[in-house]
Amino acid sequence: MIFDNEMILRFKSKSQNEGFARMTAAAFLLELDPTITEISDIKTAVSEAVTNAIIHGYERKDGMVTMHCGYCGANIYIEIIDNGKGIEDIEKAREPLYTTKPYEERSGLGFTVMESFMDEVIVESEPNKGTKIVMRKTLKSLL
Amino acid sequence: MDIKFKKIRNCLVVYPTGEIDHHSSEVLKKEIDRQCESALTKNIIVDFGRVNFMDSSGIGMIIGRYKYTHLKGGKTVVTGVSDNLRKIFTLSGLGRIIRIYPTVEDAVENI
Ligand SMILES: Nc1ncnc2c1ncn2[C@@H]1O[C@H](COP(=O)(O)OP(=O)(O)OP(=O)(O)O)[C@@H](O)[C@H]1O
Ligand SMILES: [Mg+2]
Repeated sequence: MIFDNEMILRFKSKSQNEGFARMTAAAFLLELDPTITEISDIKTAVSEAVTNAIIHGYERKDGMVTMHCGYCGANIYIEIIDNGKGIEDIEKAREPLYTTKPYEERSGLGFTVMESFMDEVIVESEPNKGTKIVMRKTLKSLL
Repeated sequence: MDIKFKKIRNCLVVYPTGEIDHHSSEVLKKEIDRQCESALTKNIIVDFGRVNFMDSSGIGMIIGRYKYTHLKGGKTVVTGVSDNLRKIFTLSGLGRIIRIYPTVEDAVENI
């Protein structure tokens, strides 16, 4: 895919980087002049995917998370990649309220949030290899 | 994360400021639980008036406090939910188990 503009950010799997990642994505996309709601939706979806990479992918051990953002016309794409433990059953993981960490007060809503705040969410994952989340949103304000 | 606490009647009122995500919610949870034990109140009111971002970690945090107060025969309710947070509140279905009041005063009166 050829983007009009793109960027890659790589950071350590530390929880303080969740805010850094969503701020960076928002700052990168500011050029497109998205609405406040669109930016808020994107920040929330990025936060969900990055948090999942940190707490589920690496289970709080050290690892690197990659965020790739790009846009082409009115379509923005965000990929969040980890090389952590991977997901055994992707379909199940995407079900609302499904969580493997209920004792840590997780509500199993991350994927539901990503799906409803973005227009498309693709999950690629392999146990012990890692997970890649690809999200697309069409900025209606640009159409 | 900057958090303020107030005790009004039998309620512990919590005013978090800024962004609630996995990182800040860990601090918030610990602080609320600590204050709850020392304040000896059975209810918790979390006011979102100064919160400008929240993801699913915030939902988990509220449900966790709800369970905690429920065990003690109390309630957890929320107030000051602005338009930009309403979307995640609605999506989570949280409103079915937790009451949402416009202001802290309303919550204290009706809890
Ligand atoms: N990057 C990842 N690596 C490994 N497992 C993952 C990853 N992302 C999600 N999962 C799995 O999918 C499940 C569902 O994820 P989802 O984000 O919907 O809920 P959650 O993270 O458990 O709770 P919440 O997001 O509400 O705090 C997780 O409990 C976890 O088992
Ligand atoms: Mg999650």
